[in-house]
Amino acid sequence: MQQPSAGQPRASVPAVTSRAVLVWRRMRRQPLAMAGLAIVALLFAMAYLMPHFIPWRYDQLDTRAFLSPPSAAHWFGTTQNGFDMLALTLRGMQKSLVIGVLGALVATGLAAVVGAFAAYFGGWLNTVLVGVVDLLLVLPAFLIIAILSPVFQGRTWLIFVLLLAAFQWMITARIVRGLTLSLKEREFVHAARFMGVPGWRIIFRHILPNMASLLIVDATVNVSSLILAEVGLSFFGFGVQPPDVSLGTLIGDYSGAALTFPWEFYFPAGFLVALVLSVNLVGDGLRDALDPDAGAGRGT
Amino acid sequence: MLKFLLRRLAYLVFLVVVATAVAYLLAATQLNPRSRYEGRNPPPPEAVVDAALDAINMNDKTPVLQRLDRWARGVLHGDFGRTIDNTPVNAEFGRRIFVSLRLLLVGSILGMLLGLAAGAYGAVKQYRVPDRLLTLFSFVVLSTPVVVLAVLYKNAGIALNNALGFTGDTRLLYTTGEITPGLATWSWAGVQDRLAHMVLPSLVLITAAVAFYGRYQRSAMLDVLGSDFLRTARAKGLRRGQALVRHGLRTALIPMATFFAYQFALLFVGATFTEKIFGWHGMGEYFVDSVTNNDVNSVAAVTLFVAVLVLVAGFLSDLAYAILDPRVRV
Repeated sequence: MQQPSAGQPRASVPAVTSRAVLVWRRMRRQPLAMAGLAIVALLFAMAYLMPHFIPWRYDQLDTRAFLSPPSAAHWFGTTQNGFDMLALTLRGMQKSLVIGVLGALVATGLAAVVGAFAAYFGGWLNTVLVGVVDLLLVLPAFLIIAILSPVFQGRTWLIFVLLLAAFQWMITARIVRGLTLSLKEREFVHAARFMGVPGWRIIFRHILPNMASLLIVDATVNVSSLILAEVGLSFFGFGVQPPDVSLGTLIGDYSGAALTFPWEFYFPAGFLVALVLSVNLVGDGLRDALDPDAGAGRGT
Repeated sequence: MLKFLLRRLAYLVFLVVVATAVAYLLAATQLNPRSRYEGRNPPPPEAVVDAALDAINMNDKTPVLQRLDRWARGVLHGDFGRTIDNTPVNAEFGRRIFVSLRLLLVGSILGMLLGLAAGAYGAVKQYRVPDRLLTLFSFVVLSTPVVVLAVLYKNAGIALNNALGFTGDTRLLYTTGEITPGLATWSWAGVQDRLAHMVLPSLVLITAAVAFYGRYQRSAMLDVLGSDFLRTARAKGLRRGQALVRHGLRTALIPMATFFAYQFALLFVGATFTEKIFGWHGMGEYFVDSVTNNDVNSVAAVTLFVAVLVLVAGFLSDLAYAILDPRVRV
């Protein structure tokens, strides 16, 4: 009865299979999710390895090939200045991947910490944190990041990632807060508290691990939302700043050329959609694998 | 109960005030209205620039809190200040709100209804060909940024015009603006022209809405399909179609109430990217342009507007729940 038995309902069965193994097995049974995972891995490898094997760098001009269509020398063609489209696309994909993964970790981590601390400690901390969540939900994220874009102009793009993440965690924090409110009345949390374990350690050891599946799925969903948010902002020049490129700036810069020089637009746009689509497929598969009782057709 | 409601209302007003103040302070400190005059040749004398900036309350030599105070006093009297071009923000709002409404009303409602129908149909046909196609469509569209979608539709429209030989002044579909300048609005030609302008941006909105609502409605409907009350409805003699529509669809619509409410409230500002790309001068475009033009008062006013809309939407969603789900009513 005192056992923390939330995650293992059949603890008496002798051969215990670990949860990760179970989830992985369920995941492998979903062809679409596995395809998504493979494509994400492939795009990751492409973005970080391929630049070492192609002859052009993303900031290097080929002055003998302006606006050349895809050819043997330039697989994805070149721009009007002679930039190699393949190198640009790979560089942009690196940026989009980093923004998505890093931003998602920050956003989900923030949501978990804020939600759990607000609910566990209650009192004035709860009032303040709930107020912050409400306020950030009311502020239009696009507008605020756009206003602040001069701040990260010429400085590190990390500020941009943090800003994107800062507007991405509030709804999850609300869910975490609700779950924590019910978890903190459970026996294993009481037991830990009566033994003198400090509150912050109870949160990290006992409360947050109990909602791991929610947090994992949330992080995956955040990856694709953040990549899409970056595109929207960079399209209007409020995101990643030149001379750096991201898939968003490429799509923004070359959207006007889509009819006349299609390779400038369709390569970055195509890779972006492929990336987000496969991340979404992985997220959907993870959700089903972590929570097989929920209906198969949950929304993203 | 009344006391609770009043306290809640006071909290919401407080949120709107803080959000607007934060946006104003950020805009006033980060944006640079003076740059509008700095690039001119010959450069205007500083006193002239100061006077012009003072007239629109954007002079960075005045302390920012004093500027906020002046703006906030105006807002209390229903005046949102002057834009960077020294025109009233109120007039800008009055014009742009209706532009957005004209674009979004048709697109959102049509997209929402089509999405709900498609989602419900997909759930009933789970794992059959129509369901698979719908799921694939939703997944691909939800993974495509609206800017890319809008550019694709715009180019498809241009290609269609060229293919059908509409290369002169009269086009089959237009890709910029809301009406050809100079046409009388309510003549037959004017209406036709408006429709030709509306098709492409509306299609963008409809595509996105169908993907979004289709996906959520499908899962809501699937949750309902296996339920006991639906079996009971069949057992008491309803035909499958009747039971599905009367007992299934209605119940499945309840969790969607939140989305309806937000969709309704965001009718005015929900199409930033579409408006910007198709050149409609609506609220969504104002969103982007106010920042690019260093238009501090407009930024703050837009934030105030959006904050109120979001809170109204939250209220509407509670109301919709109460109407659709009798258990919520106490």
